[in-house]
Amino acid sequence: MLPQLVFYVFATVLLVSAAMVISARNPVHSVLFLILAFFNAAGLFLVAGAEFLAMLLVIVYVGAVAVLFLFVVMMLDIDFTKMREGYQRYAPIGACIGGILFVELILAFSHWKMASGTPVAPIQGPAGLTNTAALGTLIYTHYILLFQTCGLVLLVAMIGAIVLTLRQTGSGRRQNIQKQHARVPAQTLELVDAPLGASVVAQGGFLRPHTSYHETSVPGSYASGEQSVADEREKNA
Amino acid sequence: MTPAIAPIGLMPYLVVSAALLVLGVFGIFLNRKNVIIILMSMELILLAANLNFVAFSSAHADLSGQVMVLFVLTIAAAEAAIGLAIVTVYFRNRGSIQVEDATMMKG
Repeated sequence: MLPQLVFYVFATVLLVSAAMVISARNPVHSVLFLILAFFNAAGLFLVAGAEFLAMLLVIVYVGAVAVLFLFVVMMLDIDFTKMREGYQRYAPIGACIGGILFVELILAFSHWKMASGTPVAPIQGPAGLTNTAALGTLIYTHYILLFQTCGLVLLVAMIGAIVLTLRQTGSGRRQNIQKQHARVPAQTLELVDAPLGASVVAQGGFLRPHTSYHETSVPGSYASGEQSVADEREKNA
Repeated sequence: MTPAIAPIGLMPYLVVSAALLVLGVFGIFLNRKNVIIILMSMELILLAANLNFVAFSSAHADLSGQVMVLFVLTIAAAEAAIGLAIVTVYFRNRGSIQVEDATMMKG
């Protein structure tokens, strides 16, 4: 009795929060309901015996993807009320297509028999392992190529997101790597005999090697504003 | 060994995931102007697929379904990252994220 109860509680909250995701007036509320939906889906995974995936769902979705959504929603300055125009107009056709889809899915599920056969990868693993360990033995043996491909997909997604959003503002400090590697200590360090008891200011302030910063920086990228003016003056001195 | 899903049965899981998928599709229709909500609806659809995978995995006592969920999760995360990056760049360039405004490639 208890599993059914837990299942129906999780399923109800999942569906209600999914409905709130698509109908909430404020997109921030949408994201928060999405987080609730993911938590309840993780609960359903637990009831089905997939502990590792439940935890993964909470970590990956709630911890990363939903927070990413929250960042974007809060960062972009958008008039969301204007975007709800046409909400009423598209609702009937959406409900129509959704209803047809739902009925067809239920029909397909209810008139379908599973083929009998032995499982490819028994759920208990080779020797009564836990869910996580069994999944690990499967991923690193039978599905290793797919698993590596997943890593590649994530790498491509990371590089793609960085390339898309990177902006050259001109104020970044970049250095010429070859020149930097070719430098020797004599070019960068200057030994000064400081007289005992005399203040640093009287000696001309804190010294730094002449033009050494400018030697290795990519032209125009080292400094801006007052800093660049001061550096220019020092360079010419 | 009886599967963990046995006291509930496979059918309720399938109904819940079908309802979730329909809600996702309905969300795309309902918020046709807002790209961010459309992306969230796609996440709901992928979650419905994941729920189906887990339910069948438990009912068949076969772990392959759960491996597939792992892969779907990866793809969903990558898709969300790329999609939101595109939304951010689009907003920076055009000052709006309305789907109707994205007509530059219209012939």
